[in-house]
Amino acid sequence: MWAQQVAFWIIAVAMGLSAIGVVRSRNVVHAALFLVVVLAGSAAIYILLLAEFVAWVQVLVYIGAIVVLFLFGIMLTRAPMRDDAGKLDNDQRLASGVVSLFLFGVLTVFLIDAFSDQKIRFTDSLVAQGSARAVGSDIFHQYVIPFEVVSMLLLAALVGAVVLARRD
Amino acid sequence: MPINYFLILSAFLFCAGAYGVVARRNSVLVLMSVELMLNAVNINLVAFSTGLHDVAGQVFALFVITIAAAEVGIGLAIVLLIFRNLRSPDLDRVEQLKG
Amino acid sequence: MLDHVWIIPLIPAVSFVLILLFGKKMPFKGAEIGIAAIGSAFVLAVITVVQWIDRVEHVTGKHEGLAALGRGVLGVAEKGGEHAPEVEPIIHSFTWWQNGAAKFTIGARTDGLVVMMLIVVTTISLLVHVYSTAYMRGDRRYTYFYAALSLFSASMLMLVISSNLLQLLVGWELVGLCSFMLIGHWWEEKPNSNAALKAFLTTRTGDIGLLIGVIVCFFAAGTFDIGGINRYAIGPNADHGLLLVAAIALMFAIMGKSGQFFLHTWLPDAMAGPTPVSALIHAATMVVAGVFLGARVYPVFWNGFSIAGGGINMMALIGGVTILIGAALAFVQDDIKKVLAYSTISQLGYMVMALGVGAWGASVFHLFTHAFFKALLFLGAGAISHAATHHSFDMKKEMGGLRKFMPITFWTFMIGTLALAGIFPLAGFWSKDEILATASQGDFKIFMVIGLIGAAMTAAYMTRCVYLTFFGQYRGHHHPHEAERTITVPLIILAVLSIVAGLLNAAPFHIEKFTAWVDQVGPFPELLHPKFDYLLAASSVTIASVLIGIAAFFWFRREEIGALHELTQRNKLAHAGYAFLANKYYLDDLYEGVVVAGVKGPIARASYWLNQNVIDAFVKGTGRTAVAVGRATYAGLDRVVVDGAVNGLARETGAAGGGLSKVQSGKLQRYALMLLAAVGLIGLAVFVYNVV
Repeated sequence: MWAQQVAFWIIAVAMGLSAIGVVRSRNVVHAALFLVVVLAGSAAIYILLLAEFVAWVQVLVYIGAIVVLFLFGIMLTRAPMRDDAGKLDNDQRLASGVVSLFLFGVLTVFLIDAFSDQKIRFTDSLVAQGSARAVGSDIFHQYVIPFEVVSMLLLAALVGAVVLARRD
Repeated sequence: MPINYFLILSAFLFCAGAYGVVARRNSVLVLMSVELMLNAVNINLVAFSTGLHDVAGQVFALFVITIAAAEVGIGLAIVLLIFRNLRSPDLDRVEQLKG
Repeated sequence: MLDHVWIIPLIPAVSFVLILLFGKKMPFKGAEIGIAAIGSAFVLAVITVVQWIDRVEHVTGKHEGLAALGRGVLGVAEKGGEHAPEVEPIIHSFTWWQNGAAKFTIGARTDGLVVMMLIVVTTISLLVHVYSTAYMRGDRRYTYFYAALSLFSASMLMLVISSNLLQLLVGWELVGLCSFMLIGHWWEEKPNSNAALKAFLTTRTGDIGLLIGVIVCFFAAGTFDIGGINRYAIGPNADHGLLLVAAIALMFAIMGKSGQFFLHTWLPDAMAGPTPVSALIHAATMVVAGVFLGARVYPVFWNGFSIAGGGINMMALIGGVTILIGAALAFVQDDIKKVLAYSTISQLGYMVMALGVGAWGASVFHLFTHAFFKALLFLGAGAISHAATHHSFDMKKEMGGLRKFMPITFWTFMIGTLALAGIFPLAGFWSKDEILATASQGDFKIFMVIGLIGAAMTAAYMTRCVYLTFFGQYRGHHHPHEAERTITVPLIILAVLSIVAGLLNAAPFHIEKFTAWVDQVGPFPELLHPKFDYLLAASSVTIASVLIGIAAFFWFRREEIGALHELTQRNKLAHAGYAFLANKYYLDDLYEGVVVAGVKGPIARASYWLNQNVIDAFVKGTGRTAVAVGRATYAGLDRVVVDGAVNGLARETGAAGGGLSKVQSGKLQRYALMLLAAVGLIGLAVFVYNVV
């Protein structure tokens, strides 16, 4: 129990700081690298929550594919690597900060009010529940139609991206 | 372990992402912030899946990851289109909806 | 067929889809699908009519069946007038959604009124379909035109057979949509698309009334079902206050759809559409949907406006005012279709007034006869523009002397004119006379006088119209000739119908078949059954004939003395009156200048004002607001005194001014920020509400 608590706090602090880095960094590439840290942190959180399969998918899809896409995007839009003139942020930064903190406060109050008495009990069955076998069997039995729909969605996104980005 | 640890972490990530979405000018950075928000949702889903001993939350998280991938693909295509038309990746140049 | 009337609207609905899908590839470009569909719908409607008559005669104890129809049409005398036992309407419906006590059903209702409307709509629609093959030949959107006609027929028939008010509302909106599509058929020209928009928006204004009325009826009677609402309205538990609200709201719907004063301005503009459309939609069927609604839930009006008590009520008053206004405006139009349009407004006024004075049967009967002769007149005008004047409707510039070139069109048009003017024994005489007789025998003398004046004016303006079109010298620059067979045959059929349709209810010959067959609509108030009044009938015919004579004399002599034209120029008063009429009482100016501009301007300015004061005012606005308010008050007060309220108000909002339009910055992220802030605030509000 104690080890888990320590691990959680280390991961959480790293994620929180990196998340701030993503949205406050003055260098686009740095922001992307901070994003990698946050995504890896959530993979670690999934491991902590015994969701092993989701964690690996997170690493493969997010860190492996999506971050690479972002780096391509940065390259193609010729974003300035270094931001000296404050061009990466717009003029409603202060209002955004206030609103976000306010929203965070409201959410926190909500969560404490609603879930403060609930605890996660870690059991052996949870380990089996997070395995690729259990998740896969659930997807292909109970959720097979959503799964097919998502595959159609991916196809549509693929075609859509090609159509949008094509240079006529 | 209190489930609230995970939920509040997730709320923090969500709000950080929301801040990025509204305060960033560069469209690629806005997309990154959207990813941050989606990730926060995933943490919530998995935390509840483990807390309630129900695998459905993890399945949903997988779907969200898939859709996030599609979203980034389309999103970047749109960003490229904006860049090509306006010669800039800055979102505050996109104001044709002005009333 | 009585149990399956739902098939009748279904056929044109299917035809609509077929024409859209395959119309362009067919040998006649989709027209044959439309004609076949409406033709079979017509046949089914005839079968329905025969079966309904059979049923009525059976229930009322006369086992005569078909023979009765023949006798009724041929006018063989039969003793009428005794009170027949009630024939129950046939209703088939199913529930498609139930939410607690509220039940939503779809269904078909068959009763006398429905059967009458079915035959009218299918007959006119069929003739218009045939007519259009010639009239619209070579049109750039020929197939689309037929698709829209099919959709219109389907929607109108659906409206007619619906068993509850919600379904009626759906049909009501659909016919409005079709009207919009068909008025704007030649939308490339700006006035046409403007006219379509105007028609749509004006009728939509009335539709708000329908929506409110339906909801109020639902809360009063607890059902959307027409029979249920009627039963409630004449029952002992009826809440008079609620029904009054419902009746006023529904009256707005009637005013919008049936072109009653002061929502009538769209109907003359709607003449921008093709002429067959004007005949079908803006004369015979869609515009009478308002009257149909009034007849359908008549007990609501009966109770709400206390019609039984006599005197003056909103319904009769609006109808009466519309009769006079429409007829007066018809005098000064140079466009033959506009004359007919104002005439339609005036005749619709008769129907609404008839409902208002308790002459339910007479109103429905007038609807029935008017459909035939007004469609005939419109199609005649269309034939003229098609064959003689190269698509112009200007009587003064392009027509005149057409009697020699187009004999069939001339004679059919004459029959339509005489029927409209109410000359014995044509259709209009019987129905108009029944309205006047009921008004005079009930406690509505004033409306009888209005009706008589209206009849006189009708006779006069139609004489002017016929004179300008068919007599005198040909003033156009084309080669007029008679129109082709597909145009003249519908004209002849309609002319025959215009002659005989009135004989269905020829009271002095003891034929009251129309009343006997149609007046079977379930729960209903006990209505006054008018006796035929020879004196009244004779005087109305005399007045009409005299007016025709005077007008004819005046217009025939005009060429020598040039009377009216010079009169309006010599005499200031006459000129002012002419200008007042020619500008349609300046109603359009009032609507466009004041209402539209008033809505457009102040909203923008008010939002500007909000922005200036809410956002900027915190910093520097307090002093300036005070100055602006002071100036605005000064300007406002001053202007209110000097310029009148409208200008002053607009200026005040303008002077105070600035804009929520700044909130509409177009910047996505600004929107997103507001969204987030709103989510947070709502969340907080919910939390506080639940916890504290």
